[in-house]
Amino acid sequence: MTDTVLISLKKVSKIHNEGRPNEVQAVVGIDLDIARGKVTVLRGASGSGKTTLLTVIGCLARPSSGRVALDGRDISGMPERFLTRIRQETFGFVFQGFNLLRGMSALDNIMLPAYPQAPPHRWLRRRALDLLSMLRLEHRADTPVEMLSGGEAQRTAIARALVNDPPILIADEPTANLDTALTREFLGIAETLKAQGKTLILTSHDPRVFEAGMVDHVVTLRDGRVEERR
Amino acid sequence: MNHFFARHLYLVDFTVASLGRRRGRNLGLFAVYVLLVFVLASVSLMTHGLRREAQAILESSPEIVVQRMIAGRNDPVPTGAVAAITGIRGVRAVQGRLWGYYYDAGMRANYTLMVPPDRPVESGAVVIGGGIARLRQLDTGDIVHFMAPDGRIVRFTVSGTLDSASELVSADLVLMNEGDFRAFFGFPADRFTDVVASVRNPREVGTVASKIALALPEARVVTRADMLRTYEALFDWRGGMVAVVLSGAVLAFVILAWDKAAGLSADERREIGVLKAIGWETSDVIAVKFWEGALVSLLAFLAGYVLAYGHVFYFSGALFEPALKGWAILYPRFRLVPEINGQQVATIFFFTVVPYTLATIFPIWRAATIDPDTVMR
Amino acid sequence: MNKHLRLSTTSLSVLAVALAAALATLVDAALRFDSEALARRNRAALAETLQLSDLSLFTEARYTRHPALADLHSAFQDHPAALDHFPSAAWMPPTRWHEKQP
Repeated sequence: MTDTVLISLKKVSKIHNEGRPNEVQAVVGIDLDIARGKVTVLRGASGSGKTTLLTVIGCLARPSSGRVALDGRDISGMPERFLTRIRQETFGFVFQGFNLLRGMSALDNIMLPAYPQAPPHRWLRRRALDLLSMLRLEHRADTPVEMLSGGEAQRTAIARALVNDPPILIADEPTANLDTALTREFLGIAETLKAQGKTLILTSHDPRVFEAGMVDHVVTLRDGRVEERR
Repeated sequence: MNHFFARHLYLVDFTVASLGRRRGRNLGLFAVYVLLVFVLASVSLMTHGLRREAQAILESSPEIVVQRMIAGRNDPVPTGAVAAITGIRGVRAVQGRLWGYYYDAGMRANYTLMVPPDRPVESGAVVIGGGIARLRQLDTGDIVHFMAPDGRIVRFTVSGTLDSASELVSADLVLMNEGDFRAFFGFPADRFTDVVASVRNPREVGTVASKIALALPEARVVTRADMLRTYEALFDWRGGMVAVVLSGAVLAFVILAWDKAAGLSADERREIGVLKAIGWETSDVIAVKFWEGALVSLLAFLAGYVLAYGHVFYFSGALFEPALKGWAILYPRFRLVPEINGQQVATIFFFTVVPYTLATIFPIWRAATIDPDTVMR
Repeated sequence: MNKHLRLSTTSLSVLAVALAAALATLVDAALRFDSEALARRNRAALAETLQLSDLSLFTEARYTRHPALADLHSAFQDHPAALDHFPSAAWMPPTRWHEKQP
């Protein structure tokens, strides 16, 4: 059933600071398939390697060894330019802490990932506003991001991740700073996106996330290895 | 619209939004930048304009001036020198000049009194330059009193003023006839202040000058070429002093710009990481930095230059007036001929725009090595 | 019309205006050149008839009025504290002895 496998990892290892005294084996020999259109949660305590694995899956970093295939195409040996193109077209990122650019409005932040492709400005603006209204944030469009509440900032970050309409959405610890209501709201958004056919990959050690009904797969990591999958 | 322009318009959007975030700081830097270009360009345009004026005047000044030296000091020339010089081969015309300086103690101003070689002035009358007319509020028909060296108060009637457009050469002139001049200063009847000579063949000025020096051993012979050299040296060293003073300002600015532009703060590094993570290429990040440098420095250069142009050619370099005027009371009103020296403008451009843009882009080569996954750590 | 002006539109317009102003100075210079150059020719003509050799810019002291005819070899010729117009004077100023006099 390869057509349901979107991303496939074979014996992927990632070593930080390779060859230096502070060398860390963050991820060791992981085999993993990510299913298309499903919600996958990478679960584990901090230091378990789940964020590192997410960077490898999201083409933010190349594995130290092993292979990563996207849609059956090996991307682990590609030069940075191609990885950038793939990130741009394929992945939307919601970072832990959101990493919105301070001093700029929510709308500007959302439009940023599309700048290098330079779509018609009016179209892009419309698209960003549509995303904001889908996330019930249209009234905050011109607000500088540092003035947004935690929930608003997260929805802005989600809108930014969606602006290029990527098939895959990656979120690192999306509920780390959210209360129960906001967590529920996030899960609601995630469910909507799943219904739209997006593949979601999340990291979390929050039971409210990995026990949620819409989650299809949970991969538990410990010390850089897969401990359990369901 | 093609993709290249569309993409760069977006990058400019980002650049300007990014600059707007530290508005006070960036505007301050921009103001300093504009001021620096303004001062440099003003000095450059002004000295160039004045130099051209001096050249235009020197080109029509006497070919040879003969002074007499006694113990290394200037001394009036005996009238007999005129005949002696006239006899030298190659000399076309010789004329003794009478001119000198007069200190107006009431106004604390120096005037140049002279006997005009070209026009008759009635006895008891003076023709005055525009600067004096303005300073003493004199007009044709008014009476002016000068105090002679022996203490007499001498009364003159202003019979005319010199064209105000010529103030740059004539602001402090007082023209009177020979009798009045000699009587006023008690100037010996058998002496001239100096003697001017013209030659038949301009290429023989040097030869004729050495012949004069040979015939009159006590004479100092100044040729037009000497005067030109003196003026070149004068403007060069004054300009050089200004350059030395300004180079401190330029260096300070370079340090400021370098500090502002070159230092990538932790925030900026993080931001570049974010941009790369969300799909920006390294070249996009570099283009943003290029736009930052180019927009700021081009705009500052253009604004500074336009202000300098207005300052020099519409306001006669009013801000430099105190420096040029020095302790003088008389200062001519003048309008310089607007000649823009491309080389000077290019020099200012090179010394202001290029370093800033480079200082902005340079550190980005280091930024290019920032991995996109830094944002996840 | 899009009521939201893009920053790039605004900033590049400002740049274009500045560029136009800079080019306008060239046009202005060309327009004024003839009349100003005529005025300069008139100044030069006056200088020729009066046998002048210097600009009347520096009237602060007798010896600064005519740099072209100045006595090149005697600095401080008229006043011990006066700056002569040689570079050396800029590096080492004359002794200001006169200020100590009562």
